[in-house]
Amino acid sequence: MTRGNHAFGPDRPAGLRPEAEFTEPVGEEVRTTTCYMCACRCGIRVHLKDGRIRYIQGNRDHPVNRGVLCAKGSAGIMNHYSPARLRKPLLRTGPRGSGAFREIEWEEALSLATSWLAEIRRTDPRKLAFFTGRDQSQALTGWWASQFGTPNYAAHGGFCSVNMAAAGLYTIGGSFWEFGEPDWEHARYLMLWGVAEDHDSNPIKIGLAKLRARGARIVSVNPVRTGYSAIADEWLPIRPGTDGLLALALAHELLRTRRVDLDFLARFTNAGWLVIHDPGGPEDGLFARDEEGRPLVRDRRSGTLRAAEDPLAEPALTGEVRLPDGRRAVPAFRPLVERCLDSACSPDAVAERTGIAAARIRRIAAELAAAAFDSDLVLEVPWTDWRGRQQERMVGRPVAMHAMRGISARSNGFHTCRAIHLLQMLLGTIDRPGGFLYKPPFPRPCPPPVKPAGRSGEVRAGTPLPGPPLGFPVAPEDLLVDAAGAPLRIDKAFSWEAPLAVHGMMHLVIRNAWKGDPYPIDTLFLFMANMAWNSAMNTDATVAMLTDREPETGAYRIPRIIYADAYWSEMAAYADLILPDTTYLERWDCMSLLDRPISGAHGPADAIRQPVVAPDRDVRPFQDVLLELGWRLGLPGCVTAEGGPRYPGGYRDYLVQHERAPGIGMLAGWRGEKGDRHGRGPVNPAQLERYVENGCFWQQELPPAQRYYRYANRAYLEHAVEMGFIGRAAPIFLQLYCEPLQRFRLAARGHGAVRPPAGDRDRIERFFDPLPFWYPPFEDERSPDLPLRAFTQRPMAHYHAWHSQNAWLRQIHGHNPLYVNRRTAAELGIAEGERVWIVGREGRVSARVRLMDGVEPGTVWTWNAIAKRPGAWNLHPEAPEAVEAFLLNPLITEHLPEDGEGRERPNADPVTGQAAWHDLRVRIEKVSAEEDPADPRWPPLPRPPGLAPPPRHLSRAPGSEGRVP
Amino acid sequence: MTSLPNPEERAGGRSLALLVDLDTCVGCHACAVNCKEWNTGGRFGPLSDRDAYGARPEGAWLNRIHSFETGEGEAGRTVYFPKNCYHCEQAPCVTVCPTGASYKRPEDGIVLVAEDLCMGCGLCAWACPYGAREMDPVEQVMRKCTLCIDRIYNEELEEIDRVPACVATCPAGARHFGDFADPDSEVSRLVRERGGFAVMEELGTAPTARYLPPRRRSPAAPSPPTAEEPESEEPVGRLLAWVDRMLSD
Repeated sequence: MTRGNHAFGPDRPAGLRPEAEFTEPVGEEVRTTTCYMCACRCGIRVHLKDGRIRYIQGNRDHPVNRGVLCAKGSAGIMNHYSPARLRKPLLRTGPRGSGAFREIEWEEALSLATSWLAEIRRTDPRKLAFFTGRDQSQALTGWWASQFGTPNYAAHGGFCSVNMAAAGLYTIGGSFWEFGEPDWEHARYLMLWGVAEDHDSNPIKIGLAKLRARGARIVSVNPVRTGYSAIADEWLPIRPGTDGLLALALAHELLRTRRVDLDFLARFTNAGWLVIHDPGGPEDGLFARDEEGRPLVRDRRSGTLRAAEDPLAEPALTGEVRLPDGRRAVPAFRPLVERCLDSACSPDAVAERTGIAAARIRRIAAELAAAAFDSDLVLEVPWTDWRGRQQERMVGRPVAMHAMRGISARSNGFHTCRAIHLLQMLLGTIDRPGGFLYKPPFPRPCPPPVKPAGRSGEVRAGTPLPGPPLGFPVAPEDLLVDAAGAPLRIDKAFSWEAPLAVHGMMHLVIRNAWKGDPYPIDTLFLFMANMAWNSAMNTDATVAMLTDREPETGAYRIPRIIYADAYWSEMAAYADLILPDTTYLERWDCMSLLDRPISGAHGPADAIRQPVVAPDRDVRPFQDVLLELGWRLGLPGCVTAEGGPRYPGGYRDYLVQHERAPGIGMLAGWRGEKGDRHGRGPVNPAQLERYVENGCFWQQELPPAQRYYRYANRAYLEHAVEMGFIGRAAPIFLQLYCEPLQRFRLAARGHGAVRPPAGDRDRIERFFDPLPFWYPPFEDERSPDLPLRAFTQRPMAHYHAWHSQNAWLRQIHGHNPLYVNRRTAAELGIAEGERVWIVGREGRVSARVRLMDGVEPGTVWTWNAIAKRPGAWNLHPEAPEAVEAFLLNPLITEHLPEDGEGRERPNADPVTGQAAWHDLRVRIEKVSAEEDPADPRWPPLPRPPGLAPPPRHLSRAPGSEGRVP
Repeated sequence: MTSLPNPEERAGGRSLALLVDLDTCVGCHACAVNCKEWNTGGRFGPLSDRDAYGARPEGAWLNRIHSFETGEGEAGRTVYFPKNCYHCEQAPCVTVCPTGASYKRPEDGIVLVAEDLCMGCGLCAWACPYGAREMDPVEQVMRKCTLCIDRIYNEELEEIDRVPACVATCPAGARHFGDFADPDSEVSRLVRERGGFAVMEELGTAPTARYLPPRRRSPAAPSPPTAEEPESEEPVGRLLAWVDRMLSD
C-alpha cells in the first residue's frame, strides 16, 4: 500500500485548513464588459493574470445573464487568442480567393479606402454598398451610411429574423426576442414556436428552469426534439413551414369555443376599428377615418362613430355602419372572424398538412384557453389607462409565446409570425402578467414612424441622405422605387420585390452587384459577414460572382471589395482590402437603445464593452476605423467646423459625444453634467467611467404600475416620451388588421399614384393580405420530387462561423451528421452512419447519417455552419470541419426557378424579403461504392501573410507564453 | 496500490459532490466549457488539447455531456446527461493507483490526483466504471474533476463563488453542489424530495454524486371541454351574435 506524500495529499501537515492551501487570487484584476460570443449580450467579468486573460465568468449583477455563462461565452478566451486573428491590414496581390496578399500599413489602407470611397461619394454614392454582418453597432453603421449618402446599407437581418421583427413591429409594436420576452416570473403555459437553440441563449435557459420548477407547462412546436424541446412537457413535431396553419387552427378553435378575450380585443387592438367595405373603391379595406385622419370605431353604447383615440369610445366588434359618405364599414374583427372560422382553418382541415392530429390541436387550444382565462393570477397593482381611468389591478393571462428561427427563415414567415401574435391577442396575453412582455423602448407605434431614405432625389453626390437607410414603409409612396417601379437599392429592399424589407436584403447584394441589377456598383464594403461561405444562400454561385470578370477588360464585375473582420474567414480571401478588426475584448462598443439594447421586460437597459486588454497586433476597432474614414471623407457628422475629426478618440468619443436628437445619445445612463439624468440629458464627459463602475451596463427598473399594459398605460407612455422612446403619449393599438398591407394591395388593384408593375400585381394582391393567412413555402410548390424538408439548427455551443476556430468548441461540434428519422431511414434502406447524398434542386452534398426518433419523419436536419473551407480560420486543411462537415447552403438558391412567365423571384418572403433558407426541399440517396463523396472539394485557402501556423498542441494556460502565437 | 481513508479517518468527514438535475439540462455544454476554462488555468491544470487546430483535435475535459434518446418514436424523449467524477466512497480509481497519486481526502471525500506522483499509467481510468477520468493527451498525466477544490476553499473568491465552476455557470440551474453526508444540506433535501439517484451503485463504488430525475411532465388536459359551438353552418353570424351578447353592458 502506498500513501501519497505531496502537498495536497493525506500526509500534509495535520491541521492545515484547506482554505490555507487553496486561497489564492484568480488573477491581479477583474474587468467587466459585455460578451460577444453570440448576440445574447451577457455581462461578463474577465479575470486578468500577468496581463493576459485567465478566466471569464458571468456577471451576477447583469440583467441579461444574472451570473451564468454559456459554453460560447466561457470559451471566449479561445476566440480571443485564436490563431486565425488577422494581424495587419492586407492588400490583395493575386486573384481573388487565391489568398495572395501583402501586409500594408494602416495609413496606406485608410488612404486607399478613402480614395475609392471619395470618388464614389463625389459622383454617385449609391455605388457604395455597405453591409454589416452580426454587428451590434448598427446605430453607428446606419448613421455612417446615411452620412455618406448611400441608401445601400443594411445589416444581416434580411437573412436572420426580419420576419420576426417586421411581423412583430407592424402588429404589436414589439417583437419576439429582442423587443420582448415571456413573463418568466408569472407564465404558467409557454408555447415555443420554431425556437432553435438560440436567441436568446441564457435568458431562455434561466427562464425555462424557473418554469419547470414551478410546474408551468411548456409546449414546443418544432420538427426536432432537442434542446429546449427535450425538456418541454409536450413536443409537437410539426411539419416544417406549417406553423401558420397550426396557429390559425388554434385561433379557429378559440373562436369556436368562445374562448377569446373580447375586452382586450376591443380596448387594446384595432379589432373594433371600422374597415371600409367598398369593393373596387380606392379605399376598400382601409380604415374609416375622421377629418383628422383618426381611425373610427362604432361606440357600442351610443351607436355613434368616434375616433378610436377618443377616450369615450367603447368600440363595438360587430355590426355594420354606413359612413357619412354613404360607404359601408365593419369592424376589423369581422373579416378576422371570417378568416379564422373558415373551415379551411379548422383542426380537421389542417391536421394532415401540419402532421398534428385534429384532436390534439383542439386539446392544445383548450389548454391555452384554460391557462389564460381560468387563472387566478392577479397582481394587486393599481394603474391608469391612457384614457385616465384608474384600474384597480392587473389581471394575468399567463400564457406566453416565443418564436424564432423556424418561423422566421421561411417564405411564409411574416404571416406565420403574425398568426402567432394573433393568437396572443385573442388570448389577451400581450403585456399582461404571465404573458408576452415588451422590452423597452418597446412598445412603439405599429410600425415605428421611421421611413427609409433613398428615394429619387434623396440620393445626391457628396450629400448625406435626409434620413436613415432603413425604416418602415406604410404605403407604396414610401417605397424606394423609380417612376417605372424599378428598385432604387442594390438589394431591391423596399421595392415591389420586398416592400417591407425593413432589415434590407443582404443575401441579394452580391448577386445583384454582380449582375448590375438594378445598376452596377463600385465598392462592396462588408463587415463581419461570411458571405463567401455559410452566410451565402448559395456558396458556390456566390464565390463565382465574387471572382467573375468582365470578358472585355478582365476587371472584376464587382470592382472593389473592402472587408473588415477580426479573423481569417472564407470571406476575407475574396477581399481586395482587409481592415483587421480587434476581438471583442479589445474595444469600446455599445448595446444602445437606438439599436439593439439589452433591456428586460421590467425596464430599459443598455451596455458597453470596454477594452479589457490591448491588442497585441496591428489591428484597430472597426468602429474607430469607420469614424476615421468618415473624417477623411469629410462626412458632415464626422468633421468639426474647422475640418478636424469630430471624434478624435474614435468610437469611445462617439459613444459619449454623439447626439441623435437633443439629449439623446448612444447611451441612456448617467447623462447630464452631473451624471444624474437618464434617457434624455446633456452629454456627460464622464459617462463611460460611470458605466465601468457599474459593471458596464445601465438599467432602469420600471415601477410596478408601469410594467404591464404598456401600450395603454398612461404612466408608462408618459415616461416613454420623457425617455425619448416614443414621440407622444398616445395609446398604441395592436394591429390585428394590418392596414399598410392593404394599401399595397390597393395599389396592385390599380389605385394610388405608386403602383406595382404589371408583373408584380398578382403577388402583391395575394401576399399583402391585411389579415394573417397561410400559404405553402414556395419550395414546396416547386419541388414535388424532393419529398424531404431540410434545415439547420444552431447548436448551443456554436454561433455562426465564428466558433470552429475555437479549440474547445470545435471539440464539441467538429463535424455535423445529417439527422434522419429512424423510420424514414428504414423505408429508404439507409443505416446509421451510412454516407448519403443530399440532393436539392440544384446540386448535392454528401453527409453521414445519424438516426433519431425525435424528428418529424419528413424532416432531415443538421447543425448550422460547422463546415469550413480547407485552410480557412487557420485550421488544418484536413480538419474535420473541412473534410467531414457539410453545409446545406450550396443547395439553397437566392432565387427561385423562373416562373411560367420567365420571371425570377427571390427565394424569400414576399412581404419582407427574408431569405427563406429553411424552406429547402431535398431527397437523400445512398452514396454508391464507386463514388467519391468528397468530390468536388474546395481548394484549400493558403495562410495570408502575418498569420503563423497554429500551435500544434495547447498545454499551458490560455494566454500564457507558448500557448498561442 | 493506494488505500482509501479508513473509517476512522473518514468519520465525521463531509461528502462533497455534485447533484445534476436532468429535468432542466438542455445539453448546452456551458458546464463543460467553463470547467475547462477554470481548470486549465488553475491549480490542477492545464487540461491540454492535442492537435488543437488540426485534423484530430483531442483535449482533456473533466465534464462531458452525453445525449441520447430513450423510448421510441414520438413518445420517447431526448436526454442530456452530464457526467463527471462522482467522488465515490469506495473509489476503485484510488485503490488501483500504483503510486499513491490518486487519493481520497478524508475530510471532504474529494478524490484528487497528485500530478507529481502520477506516472500516467492509466490504470485508474480503466478502473473507473464511469469513464470519469481522462488522460491529458499532451502532459500524459491523469486528469479528473477536482470539484474545483481551488474555488470551494478559495477565500479570495466571494463566498457565493466558492462552488465548482460548472455549478456557478449553468444557465439552467441544473447543477448543485454540497455535502451529501449532511441530511440538512440543500443537495440532501433535493435528493429526498425529488428522488435523486446514483448511477450503477450495484458496482459497490458507493458514488457520492446524484442525479435528479426529470420531473413528471405536466399532463395534457384530459379532453377539451364540450364545445360551446359545434362546427356549424353559420359560424360567423353565430359568433358575432355571441360577441354582441357578451359586450352588451
